[in-house]
Amino acid sequence: MLKLLDSWRRPTEREGSPWIGLGAVLFKEMADHLTGARMRILELLIVITAVGTVYTALQNLNRNNSEFLYLRLFTTAQDPLPSFVGFLGFLVPLIAIALAFDAVNSEFNRRTLSRILAQPVYRDAFLFGKFLSCLLTLAIVFAAIWLLIFGLGIVSLGVPPTAEETGRALLFLIATVFYGGIWISLALLFSILFRSPATAALAAIAVWLFFTVFWNIVAGLLLPVFAPQQVTNLLDLIAVWELQLALERISPIRLFAEIAVILLRPAERSLGIILPIQLDRALLGAPLPLDQSLLLIWPHLTSLIAATFLLFAVGYVIFQRQEIRA
Amino acid sequence: MDHPVIEAQNLTKQYGNFTAVKDLNLIVSAGEVFGLLGPNGAGKTTTILMLLGLTEPTRGQVRVLGLDPTRYPLSVKARVGYLPDQVGFYDDLTARENLSYIARLNGLSGKELNLRVEEALEHVHLRRVADQRVGTFSRGMRQRLGLADVLLKRPQLIIMDEPTQGLDPELAREFLGLIHSLKQEGITILLSSHLLHQVQEVCDRVGLFHRGQMVLEGTVPDLAQKVLGGAYVIGVHAEGSPEELQNALRMVSQVRAVHSVASDRYQVEAQSDVRAEIAQAVVQAGGRLFGLTIQHQNLEEIYRRYFEEAKDAQAA
Ligand SMILES: Nc1ncnc2c1ncn2[C@@H]1O[C@H](COP(=O)(O)OP(=O)(O)OP(=O)(O)O)[C@@H](O)[C@H]1O
Ligand SMILES: [Mg+2]
Repeated sequence: MLKLLDSWRRPTEREGSPWIGLGAVLFKEMADHLTGARMRILELLIVITAVGTVYTALQNLNRNNSEFLYLRLFTTAQDPLPSFVGFLGFLVPLIAIALAFDAVNSEFNRRTLSRILAQPVYRDAFLFGKFLSCLLTLAIVFAAIWLLIFGLGIVSLGVPPTAEETGRALLFLIATVFYGGIWISLALLFSILFRSPATAALAAIAVWLFFTVFWNIVAGLLLPVFAPQQVTNLLDLIAVWELQLALERISPIRLFAEIAVILLRPAERSLGIILPIQLDRALLGAPLPLDQSLLLIWPHLTSLIAATFLLFAVGYVIFQRQEIRA
Repeated sequence: MDHPVIEAQNLTKQYGNFTAVKDLNLIVSAGEVFGLLGPNGAGKTTTILMLLGLTEPTRGQVRVLGLDPTRYPLSVKARVGYLPDQVGFYDDLTARENLSYIARLNGLSGKELNLRVEEALEHVHLRRVADQRVGTFSRGMRQRLGLADVLLKRPQLIIMDEPTQGLDPELAREFLGLIHSLKQEGITILLSSHLLHQVQEVCDRVGLFHRGQMVLEGTVPDLAQKVLGGAYVIGVHAEGSPEELQNALRMVSQVRAVHSVASDRYQVEAQSDVRAEIAQAVVQAGGRLFGLTIQHQNLEEIYRRYFEEAKDAQAA
């Protein structure tokens, strides 16, 4: 018992800051990411997707309706090609996983880890530096893509984006990076758990596939378990509906899709069913102001960030206790 | 310095039911070179990891430079250099870039960083290839780069796990020379190795590990006294009738055993240096004496003898 208490106390009693050396790790990892061959391939992938989808969007854009032209560049789809946002839903996880799946285990396999951890830095700085470098790389890449899309828009549409469009696109960029964060911390966790990078990548992709393809089915199966047995009145029906929504929202892919809809299609009002109370101040069909949209996605954003923290914390605890032999 | 550089008390490490290191007591004073010996799996690397705070001891106390490595990991790691048994680098970076990263982790920057990196490269004679990718380096160059990496932080204590493993004899000798010059600079060194003659060459004291316990500890003559009972081994090169010569040699006082090694060579084990008496005995027995050599106390011999006895004791 005393020993347990001791091990709890120890982190608070450690000497010095846990972030010493964070800058050095971050600097090196960023340099690695931005110069690596892996990065070139990923960039190529996104640029092709962005240019392809935006080009088809431009072909199909109804230019008579001048409202939110730029945002519609992101969301206009033409069969069989999904919109750019549709692509993002699975491209972001893929890129995040590709960046982080070998973050820790490759250092272990190259036998650089024990040399690094023999330096006067905490494992905290090392791990957080790895995470942050992936996140920043993701942010840089997507910021570049956003600029590319806006550039294409300016050239072909001939009108500058409005302030609100810019604001919404910027918010969506931030949300996209956070969405990437959750997959980065997942891949990072697997890179700590599995010594082989291939296994770690496979595990992360399995999780991604599960949420992309199977989660809705699983949610459907789970619904009867939690839902009230007999639905007799409207309130019960609403309860069932909300439950289904809650279950579906466990998937980060669903959360991201909802964020995209709210930010990029301001005319869509609510995410669940709309109750008369909610209709109160609103004129149906009029776009929601930006601050109201932000209010709507606030819970989504916080849950994405919370899940990211949780996954990172689990990885952190495991990594702290790992013995580094060679 | 008042306290020892390394001080371990009842240090124990258990993996489940298996005890990798058991009740280790070790003291290494400033400026000493201490060698850890022992068969594979004896617990040398585990001991080293505990000294560095890279793994937590199950029981016992460690003080490195007067500090507890689990409580003050940063202060300890800033002063102690560690060369792991299989040292790895970022293969797509150059030697200089690899060293710069480690220097930055040690809080160095700007001019000071460049100065230290150059100094370390110079020390291990790698300046010529400093801008080459480490992926192209040979085993020996990597090992030297590993030492440069350790020297960067100007450590007070260097811990090396099998530093000369896989080096050719020439390079191993050069490496030992480097270790020797570090000792001259007053740096304390702890190293583990299987190459006994090298350990004997550079170490002031050695500790012999066997199944997680340090069973013998001291200077090489100390150990010789303990294990070999202070025996002197004298090689005799003489021609003459083998029986007569052997008999004559056995008659010399303080001689314990005589073995015939070749037709004209014998090995004599004695309690003291009886070379003069042997020469006399050979001549008196009508033999022609060509040479007498005394084998200095040999770690290899001590090691072999100790483990033979341990095996016998176990069989009995
Ligand atoms: N994580 C672990 N779990 C269980 N046993 C372990 C673990 N790590 C090491 N051991 C055991 O501890 C013992 C001591 O290992 P250690 O690496 O310290 O030996 P060593 O003296 O360095 O050997 P070598 O000369 O081969 O390097 C070995 O028997 C090894 O199997
Ligand atoms: Mg070892």
